[in-house]
Amino acid sequence: MNLRSVLIAILVTVPLVAVFLYGMRSDPRIVPPAIPGQPAPDFALARMPMTPGEEPSDTVRLSDYRGKVVVLNFWASWCVPCRVEHPELVAVAREYRDRGVVFLGILYNDQVSNARAWLEEMGGEEYPTLLDPGTRTAIDYGLTGVPETVIIDRNGIVRFKRIGIVNREMLVREVEPLLADQEVVGP
Amino acid sequence: MISTLGFGTIAVALALSVYGAVAAVVGVRTRRPELVQSASLAAYVNFGLLAIANLAMVYALVVHDFSVSYVAQVGSRSTPLFITIISLWSALEGSILFWGLVLAAYTAAAVYVHRNHPGPLVPYATAAMLSVGAFFYMLLVGPANPFEAVWPVPPDGPGPNPLLQNHILMAVHPPLLYLGYVGMTVPFAFAIGALLSGELDATWIRMTRRWTVTAWIFLSLAIVAGMWWSYEVLGWAGYWAWDPVENASFMPWLTATAFLHSVMVQERREMLRVWNLSLIVSTFLLTILGTFLTRSGIVQSVHAFTQGTIGYYFIAFIAVGLVFSLILLTGRGAELRSPGNLDSALSRETVFFFNNLILTAFTFTVLLGTLYPIVAEALRGVKVSVGAPFYNKMTLPLCMALLFLLGVGPALPWRRAEPDVLRRKLVIPGVAFLAVAGASLALGLRQPYTILTFGFAAFVLCVTLGEFAAGARARMRAHGESALVALGRLINANRRRYGGYIAHLGVVSMAVGIAASSTFQSTRDVTLRPGQSVRAGRYDVRFDQLWAQNEPHRFVVGADLTVLIEGREVGRLAPRLNFYGDRDEPITTPAVRTRPDEDLYINLMAFERDGSSATFQIIIEPMVVWIWIGGGIIGLGGLVAVLPGRRRREVAVAADTYPVAAGKGGDV
Repeated sequence: MNLRSVLIAILVTVPLVAVFLYGMRSDPRIVPPAIPGQPAPDFALARMPMTPGEEPSDTVRLSDYRGKVVVLNFWASWCVPCRVEHPELVAVAREYRDRGVVFLGILYNDQVSNARAWLEEMGGEEYPTLLDPGTRTAIDYGLTGVPETVIIDRNGIVRFKRIGIVNREMLVREVEPLLADQEVVGP
Repeated sequence: MISTLGFGTIAVALALSVYGAVAAVVGVRTRRPELVQSASLAAYVNFGLLAIANLAMVYALVVHDFSVSYVAQVGSRSTPLFITIISLWSALEGSILFWGLVLAAYTAAAVYVHRNHPGPLVPYATAAMLSVGAFFYMLLVGPANPFEAVWPVPPDGPGPNPLLQNHILMAVHPPLLYLGYVGMTVPFAFAIGALLSGELDATWIRMTRRWTVTAWIFLSLAIVAGMWWSYEVLGWAGYWAWDPVENASFMPWLTATAFLHSVMVQERREMLRVWNLSLIVSTFLLTILGTFLTRSGIVQSVHAFTQGTIGYYFIAFIAVGLVFSLILLTGRGAELRSPGNLDSALSRETVFFFNNLILTAFTFTVLLGTLYPIVAEALRGVKVSVGAPFYNKMTLPLCMALLFLLGVGPALPWRRAEPDVLRRKLVIPGVAFLAVAGASLALGLRQPYTILTFGFAAFVLCVTLGEFAAGARARMRAHGESALVALGRLINANRRRYGGYIAHLGVVSMAVGIAASSTFQSTRDVTLRPGQSVRAGRYDVRFDQLWAQNEPHRFVVGADLTVLIEGREVGRLAPRLNFYGDRDEPITTPAVRTRPDEDLYINLMAFERDGSSATFQIIIEPMVVWIWIGGGIIGLGGLVAVLPGRRRREVAVAADTYPVAAGKGGDV
C-alpha cells in the first residue's frame, strides 16, 4: 500500500460519498416550488357552481387571499388517488379554517357534472373548487398530473409543491410554520 | 418463535462470516491450512443457516404469522398462496434476506468447486465473499431485520405492493436479478484474491469464467424479464424508461459484457490485466450501487422500496469497497503491466478494444444520467430529471457502433487479418447491409437510426450465420456428416465461441424489435359505448360490456372487447383495472394480443360507473415479441457457452480454416 494509491482512492471516493449523503436528505417526491422565491402566479378563475344549471360565477383571485396561507389542490373526478387524499384535505381545511388557511381546489381536465357528482359522493363541498378552462393555471403552476398540491405563504410566495397525494401530517407540517410567519407589509 | 429462530440463524451467520473472513486471511498468511479449512466450513454452514432463515420466513408468510414484522408488513390473509410465497422478495427486508441466501449459496458453491486449487488465491477469495456476506447479514440483524417481533400481533396485514402481485413475471424477475447481481460477487472476490495473492495471470479468470457467464446469463434474463414485465403490467406499452433502477441493473450488465469479451484477450494474449480487474471490480460495485439506489429511497422510481437508514449502510459499504479496490488496483503498479502486445490494427483484439471502449463509454453515460440529478441537487440545489431524450441521444450512436462491431468481430481472426480474406468474408454481409438499408429507405423510412439498425442487423446476421455455415461445411466435407450433425458437433466442439455467436444473434433480434417497436408505434385514445367499435390499424375493436368483480384481495373492473380483422373475429381482449385494498392508485392490466408481426395493446383508461361508456387506449406496436425472443436467445447462447462440454477433445475441423477455434475451446 503506498501513499499515491491511498490518495487516489480517497479522491475518488469522498466526492461520491458526499453526493450520496446529500441525496439521502431529501424526499424525491417533494419538488421545489415552480419559481423559487418568486410570487405564485396569480389567477382569476370562476368558482364551480354546486347546483346543476347554475352559471359559473364569483371569480376568485389568488391575490384576494394575500395575508393568508393558501393551499391549492389540483384534482379531477377521474383521478383515483385524488379520492384517497380528499378526506385528508377536507379534515385539515376544517381544522385550519379559523386560523387563516384557505383551501382551494382547481379542477383539471374534467366535466363539471362529473366533478360535482364526485364532490357530492365525497361528502359535499368543504371548500370551493375553481374551474380552469384551457388549463392555463395548471400550466402556470407546472402541473405534471393530478393530484398535485401547492402551498402559498401569506406573502403570495410558493413554498411547497408535491406531486401525488398529500396527507394530513404533511399538510400540517408545511402549514404550521407558514402561519407563524408575519406578513411583510409594504414594499 | 419464528422471529427468534430467524434472527438467531442470521446472527450466527454474521458471526461465522466475520470469523471465516479473518480465519481465511490469517490462515493463509501464517500457513495454517486448518484455519483456511474452517473458513470453508463457515461458508458451507452459512448456506445452511440462510436456507433455514428463508424457509422460516416462507413458513411464517404461509401460516400468516403476523407476529413476524415482515409478515405484518407484506402478508395478508386474502392474498393467494403463490403470491404469498413470492412476497418473500416483494419488500426491502425480505429481498435482502433472499439476497443473503443467494449469496451464501454462491459462496458455498464457489468455495466447494475450487477447494483443491493450491495457493492463497482461493482463501483470499473466500475471505472476500464472506466479507460481502457479513455486510448483508449485518443489514439483516440491523436496519433491515425482517424477523422483528411484533406485539400486539395484528389480525391481518395489507398484502404486498399491488404492482408486484399483478403479474406472474414478478415471480421471475427479482430472483433472476438477484442471481445475476449476487453472482458477480464470485468473480469480484477472485479478482480481489488475485490482487492480494499476486497471482495476477489469467488463472483467476479461467477459474471464474463459468461463474461470470452464469451470473451474466441471469442478469441478461432478469433485464429482459423486467422489460417484459414493465410492458405487460405498467400499461404504457413500453419496456425501457431509463429509470434509475433500470439503469442500475443495466450498468453492471454493460461492464460484465465488456469483461466477458476482454478476458479473452488476456487469456490469449496476456494483455489487459489491470483492465479486466477494474472491469469486474466496477461490475460488482455497480451491483451494490444498484441495490443502494433501489433501497435507499434516494431516487424516485417504480422500483424504489421505502426509505430508512439502510441507505447509509450501503454508502459506507460502497465507500469501503471502492477505497479497498482502488488501493489494490493502483498499488500493484508494475506487476500488472501486461507482457502482451498488439500485433496489428486489423485483428480481433482491436475489435475487442473498441467493444470495451464503447461499452465503458456507454456505462459512463448511463452512470452520468443516473447520478446527475443527485449531483445537481447537491451542488446547485435544483431538482432536475434526466429523461429518455438524453439517453437516446447519447447512447444510440454507441448502440450503432456496437452493432457494427458485432458484425466485424467474428469475421476477424486473432493477431492479424489478411486484407483479402477479410474482404472476401465481408462482401456478402456488406451487400446485405446496403440492400436492407436501401430497401428501408425506398419504403419510406426516414429515421436514420432505424435504417442503420435494420442494415446492421442484416450485416451481423450474414457474418454470424456465415461463421456457422462455413464451420459446418468444413465438418461435412471432412467427416461426411449431415448438415445438422455437423452444426451440432461444431457448436459442441467450441461452445464458448459459438455460444457467444448465438448470443449475438439474440442481440440482433432485440435490436430489430426495439427499433421497429419504437419507430412504428401508434396510439389512439377512444371512448366507446357498449356495442360500439373503433378502427385501429387493421383491427376493429368492439366494446362488448363492462364488468366488475370482487376477488378476495382486490376489486377488478374489466372491459370485454372483441377484436376483428375484416369482419372476422380473431380474438377477445379484456383490459382491466385492479383496485387493491386501500391502495391509492388502481393498477392497470393491459390486454395484449401478441403476434410475430405486431402487438395489439389495449388499456382500460377510465369508465363510467354505470357501464354506459369506457375509455380505452389502443396501441399498435410492431415486432415487440422479438425483443423477448432475443432475450431468450441471449440466455441460450450463454447457456451453450457455460455448460460443460463433453470431455471428448476431438480437434475441431474448423480449426484448420479458423485458427481461433483450435485454442482454448472447451477449456475450464
